[in-house]
Amino acid sequence: MGIADMTAVELSAAVRAGQITAVQAVEEILTCIEERDALYNCYVTVDREGALAQAKEVQAKIEAGHLTGPLAGVPVAVKDNLCTKGLRTTCASRMLGNFVPTYTAEAVTNLRKAGAVILGKTNMDEFAMGSTTETSAYGVTRNPWNREHVPGGSSGGSAAAVAAGECICALGSDTGGSIRQPAAFCGTVGMKPTYGTVSRYGLIAYGSSLDQIGPLTKDVRDCAAVLEAIASHDVKDSTSLQRQDTDFMSALTEDVQGMRIGIPDDYLGEGLDEDVRAAVLKAAEELAGRGAVVERFDLSLVEYAIPAYYTIAAAEASSNLERFDGIKYGYRTGNDAGLHSMYRKSRAEGFGEEVKRRIMLGSFVLSSGYYDAYYLKALQVKALIKKAFDEAFAKYDVILGPVAPTTAPKLGESLADPLKMYLGDIYTIAVNLAGLPGISLPCGKDRKGLPIGLQLIGDCFQEKKLIRAAYTYERSRGPFGTAGGAGHGTAADERAQADAGSFRTSGEGQVSQCGMLWQGGKSGRPVSEQSTEGTDRTNRTGGIPS
Amino acid sequence: MSKQYETVIGLEVHVELATKTKIFCGCSTAFGAAPNTQTCPVCTGMPGSLPVLNRQVLEYAIAVGLATNCDITRYAKFDRKNYFYPDNPQNYQISQLYLPICRNGGVEIETEEGGRKMVGIHEIHMEEDAGKLLHDAWEDCSLVDYNRSGVPLIEIVSEPDMRSAEEVIAYLEKLRLLIQYLGASDCKLQEGSMRADVNLSVRKAGTEQFGTRTEMKNLNSFKAISRAIAGETERQIDLIESGEKVVQETRRWDDVKGESYAMRSKEDAQDYRYFPDPDLTPVVVSDEMLQKIRAAQPEFRNEKMRRYREEFRLPDYDIEIITESRHMADLFEAATAICGQPKKVSNWLMGETLRLMKEKETDAQDLCFSPEHLAKLIRLTDEKVITGAVAKEVFEVMFAENVDPERYVEEKGLKSVNDEGALQKTVAEVIAANPQSVEDYRNGKEKAIGFLVGQTMKAMKGKADPAAVNRILKEACRK
Repeated sequence: MGIADMTAVELSAAVRAGQITAVQAVEEILTCIEERDALYNCYVTVDREGALAQAKEVQAKIEAGHLTGPLAGVPVAVKDNLCTKGLRTTCASRMLGNFVPTYTAEAVTNLRKAGAVILGKTNMDEFAMGSTTETSAYGVTRNPWNREHVPGGSSGGSAAAVAAGECICALGSDTGGSIRQPAAFCGTVGMKPTYGTVSRYGLIAYGSSLDQIGPLTKDVRDCAAVLEAIASHDVKDSTSLQRQDTDFMSALTEDVQGMRIGIPDDYLGEGLDEDVRAAVLKAAEELAGRGAVVERFDLSLVEYAIPAYYTIAAAEASSNLERFDGIKYGYRTGNDAGLHSMYRKSRAEGFGEEVKRRIMLGSFVLSSGYYDAYYLKALQVKALIKKAFDEAFAKYDVILGPVAPTTAPKLGESLADPLKMYLGDIYTIAVNLAGLPGISLPCGKDRKGLPIGLQLIGDCFQEKKLIRAAYTYERSRGPFGTAGGAGHGTAADERAQADAGSFRTSGEGQVSQCGMLWQGGKSGRPVSEQSTEGTDRTNRTGGIPS
Repeated sequence: MSKQYETVIGLEVHVELATKTKIFCGCSTAFGAAPNTQTCPVCTGMPGSLPVLNRQVLEYAIAVGLATNCDITRYAKFDRKNYFYPDNPQNYQISQLYLPICRNGGVEIETEEGGRKMVGIHEIHMEEDAGKLLHDAWEDCSLVDYNRSGVPLIEIVSEPDMRSAEEVIAYLEKLRLLIQYLGASDCKLQEGSMRADVNLSVRKAGTEQFGTRTEMKNLNSFKAISRAIAGETERQIDLIESGEKVVQETRRWDDVKGESYAMRSKEDAQDYRYFPDPDLTPVVVSDEMLQKIRAAQPEFRNEKMRRYREEFRLPDYDIEIITESRHMADLFEAATAICGQPKKVSNWLMGETLRLMKEKETDAQDLCFSPEHLAKLIRLTDEKVITGAVAKEVFEVMFAENVDPERYVEEKGLKSVNDEGALQKTVAEVIAANPQSVEDYRNGKEKAIGFLVGQTMKAMKGKADPAAVNRILKEACRK
């Protein structure tokens, strides 16, 4: 088995056993990135030098016996909205194209303490706003299972990197499903922990009351290992919780005997793809076969979750993103006449369409005269949703359902119809509104061969139940297989494919000069190809609903 | 004409709290450091940084609330006030709108007529200060210093209960004293640690309806406040009398020109889009915390005055002055506790201290000499180790740099000369040098002895006991 196919727990065991060195592991993954990232564009920035330097340090510590955990020597990728000291952090926005933080996010610091090696920063929807990783200013990321499809989002770069073997595991952030949904679309495991479990310090905020950092991994065991490493009480984050029960790996047992699992009828209703429904119900049967008590029930709140979510998240985002004004750091227009013109132009030029749409939406719902009708109402809905979950968890240990109504859509489909994209978050966002933990893991493939995600939702602090149920299911399901089948293509293949006109993506406002900081000398990256004229859209095989 | 009108005034008072660190991060609040040296990702609004409330800010705010008879909000929240300005690094200010920490209070003031009046306090909220913008005219650019960004403030919003500049000053003095007594701020208007915005309207005497108000900013002394109130009252009455309307607006007072000008009107008032800050958890004030703060409240001025009358039997005038500053009262009490002579301590404070404060333009709270040293100085005088004249000289040095009087007297050789021989010798010299005065004295001119005593003291560099000099001189003249 190649290093790129190993899980974190397997790899670190091999490193600690002296079979491979951390440096070899990192070199191997860097080679994979070099070969494959032209196909998928998972990374915004690859820190080759930094990763190798870290690997040497880690190796020395392992040899000295100072690092003994399951992430020691493991090459990981970090979503580009997590600050990394000295390493450019862009949020996939032109606005932060030149932003180099002076501090590191707490979750990343925790990973490094555990001996993980940071390879670089993964692509995402701009400021985590989007569900497809198509709103990035640095080009779209493609789904390693099928490059014509999106990887999901907003942590699409992290999910795709895990699926493509361009890292062993990764960190993402989840505001409305941004870890779980790309994990589902890319056939990986993703978890959004209970709000407050992982410090948000250094996470560039989108919707502060909803944002949580979490793992994207190849299996449930790695998920538990990464979560255990990053969960910590942090005095720098007022919303950070003090938990004593973060030994998540202890929950890796195959035992769902008597576990009460509820499936909300609302999660199987209209709009759910047939293949997804079948796979999810089959997974439920599988768990029932292992001794769980599975039944359906009525949660009846789903329809209110989306408007409430987009109101709250946009409101918070409109304020969170005010600091990007061209004064202190980030993009500043070269063409200003006075302060207000500078603000206006810097922000108009620095932000992409989806970000501007949400800033406007958020500013509107907070405006005097609308605050009560929208924002306050949304907070009330949020409270009702929490109450409905509380009632559900009085009856069930775990709630089971799909992660998304469909498998990964084709590139370009979602951008044309943002409302449709918002509706795709229907099964994930209620979890954020209620602050609950949720895990996504592969439970099958649709007729096109695209992965389907199973979502398990727990009550606050019940990550261990989720891990136990997910682990049991995963063992009973068996190996899921990897993206790329016989092997990943190469950049040359990609060029041939592009030349044949089989596929191209739309590329609004691409900032090609801000592409990946890759020194490997490769050319013909998809990013530059995307900088093509708008007619591309209509020529695409996928087509856009008019 | 103004007799027919009544002025209605409410104040918004910002007070900078005396915490060592900022409200949401660990940066120092010390004044005067080089620009942007007391900053961090939090107070410069870097992405990904998060605010964490400084508990001391909350405790001070509650203490001020209790001292001003407010209800303490047991479940308070912070809100974001959104507006773009370069001194505001996040482009929102963390403040409190919906659930401020204190509400429904009031303080009693004395009116001009000697009566008492309650000025209501609508609310007190906690918030962060902004940075400072400096315009460099030479380079034609603006520079931002974020050292002040995140310095904790409380804003005390009064009800529109004041009717004259005198009441406003009385109210501000009252607040200043309470807050200084609490140690929550030094409340210096000139230095900006206390800032007052005046909301003012006028109405025909006897009417119930309030007139349209304006808000006046940039008032940095009590005198400026008085002048601004007079000026604005007159301006509004003139407008009404000439049939024009008062526009609701914010005005900036120019104390040099003695006039105000409009900064922004209600029409361009911004929509601040206030909403609860999701980065900060609600502030829950427990019974225990409230109890602790209540128990730690100091003895305020009125109680102190009462006690001084009974315990120390000081004249009202002394008490008035000593208790005007918590620091001076503390000095008085500590020095009295050591030397047991309240009146003597008070005399030092009333006399030399006030004189030097005036001369050196020193604020009572900045007095640097210690009570131990003052007590020691009193003892040295009592024991006649030094003369009164020398004591004053030593005190002046103590006032400037808090020297130990005992050591200073020793080092400078200022001890009284009680050696009869040395005195006799000097007196003989003085008599020899001033025959005319001696003659005058012998001829019954009592005054002449004063001159001779002065000459002797001068020759002895003030170190002689004046009584002894007097006695020896008189004896010598009679010879």
